[in-house]
Amino acid sequence: MLDRTSSLLTLENVGLNRGGRWLVRGVDLSVHRGESVTLIGPNGAGKSTTAKIALGLLSPDEGRASQAPELKVGYVPQQLSIDWTLPLTVRRFMSLTNRVSDADLRDALEMVGIAPMADAEVRHLSGGEFQRTLLARAIARKPDLLVPAEPVQGVDFSGEIALYELIGEIRRTLGCGILMISHDLHVVMADTDSVVCMNGHVCCQGPPRMVAENPEYLALFGARAAGALAVYEHTHDHTHLSDGTVRHSNGSVTDSCHPGDGHHDHADGHNEADHA
Amino acid sequence: MLDDFFVRALVAGIGVAMVVGPLGCLIVWRRLAYFGDTLSHSALLGVALALLLQVNITAAVFVVCALVALSLLLLQRRASLSSDSLLGLLAHSSLALGLVALAFLPNVRVDLMGFLFGDILAVSVTDIAVIYIGGAAVLLVLVFVWRPLFAATVNFELAEAEGMNPARANLIFMFLMATVIAISMKIVGVLLITALLIIPAATARRMASGPEAMALIAIVLGIIAVVAGLFGSLEWDTPSGPSIVVAALIFFLLALLPAAGIIRRRPPSQGS
Repeated sequence: MLDRTSSLLTLENVGLNRGGRWLVRGVDLSVHRGESVTLIGPNGAGKSTTAKIALGLLSPDEGRASQAPELKVGYVPQQLSIDWTLPLTVRRFMSLTNRVSDADLRDALEMVGIAPMADAEVRHLSGGEFQRTLLARAIARKPDLLVPAEPVQGVDFSGEIALYELIGEIRRTLGCGILMISHDLHVVMADTDSVVCMNGHVCCQGPPRMVAENPEYLALFGARAAGALAVYEHTHDHTHLSDGTVRHSNGSVTDSCHPGDGHHDHADGHNEADHA
Repeated sequence: MLDDFFVRALVAGIGVAMVVGPLGCLIVWRRLAYFGDTLSHSALLGVALALLLQVNITAAVFVVCALVALSLLLLQRRASLSSDSLLGLLAHSSLALGLVALAFLPNVRVDLMGFLFGDILAVSVTDIAVIYIGGAAVLLVLVFVWRPLFAATVNFELAEAEGMNPARANLIFMFLMATVIAISMKIVGVLLITALLIIPAATARRMASGPEAMALIAIVLGIIAVVAGLFGSLEWDTPSGPSIVVAALIFFLLALLPAAGIIRRRPPSQGS
């Protein structure tokens, strides 16, 4: 059994180079049991590369990556299309990567609220039901670490909030660590402990600030939903060009970008709730 | 009993059908029909090389198919051409190479039609032994890699993240395909192996409630098609491969009929 306090995975100053280009560099990250960490950033920012290094699927070219021995991962894929030619019930899908007992299967389906769908064919499920099935499959494995990649695709906005709340509930019930990947810059679970914002490197990280008084959010989703959402939005002050160099907001171009190179202006760049 | 050429063909054909059923399902699920075609077309190059080098034909076909599968994997990584162009290039250039190479063997009399479309007269006791030993090996390996292979069929990333090593499973799948083509070539011929892989699996889809059930039903349908096709081949003196494929097609069409729909439809759970 894994120690309750030990980290599930740790990345220290990790970088991955492909064809002379750094896909990610200088990434520090750790996830402990019971802790929730969210990777956010625009497309191509290196979120999924970082997640793959974190799960031990890619070896970093610099820095160190380590996982707890026998780390059991429950992965919720970004998108998954089941072809018509493949007859697949929810029940069979649940034991895709390991055998699942009837009791665990029922518990997992009940937890996500789709217990009656156990014998339905997966391709007949609605978008929301399918997302819940993906979550149920991952938690039926009793994972040490749950990895939801873009958990809200194909779901409408209120369904999105329900799913984020569900992931929070899963963490409290199972006590597993969570490494969430989202290109959603502005909607992040309120009860995520740490947000790692990426743009080829870790551009900033820390606890998310809650939306305190944003009347539009309150009007749209009510007080309960506002508690589940946090705004963590800022503009990146530099762009990674295709040749590997970096163009900064003042127009200068450099070969690399590091937090200490003077071109990162995070203190003012962030548009957080407490500025409002 | 195996003295009779027709009994030998039946026994060999049933052996082939048992192996192509589950692999055919994987081909259909993964949309790899054209890939199967490419591998089986390259089998003729294997035949030519075997005759040229005077080695065992089945072994040579296996090696050539495996090499074509591996080179396809490598070419896809470099990705200067799209996958279907690469497959077309490999399929038809290896078929053409095989045909040209056979023409350069003046001293060897080759029954080309037999290789292309199958020949029930050509099935020997040794062929049966090869089919059953090779087939048993394929099924045994398939049972062991089924879970990772199936997980990778549903979603590669998911299988990878949960520690199933889907890349290895896919590589093993390539070798299983190469084996199946090598052992089934004499019965159905290189041009029609893909049809025997796909049609029983596609027919089974309408009757199956789960992936494993679909694989088993595909085996049964494959056996029926082989038996019916071989009897037809004997009766009307037609080449064995096309006869088997025509039989499989007839069962596929029968399964489309409304009457078949009534049998397979579950009792309605809701009103109306």
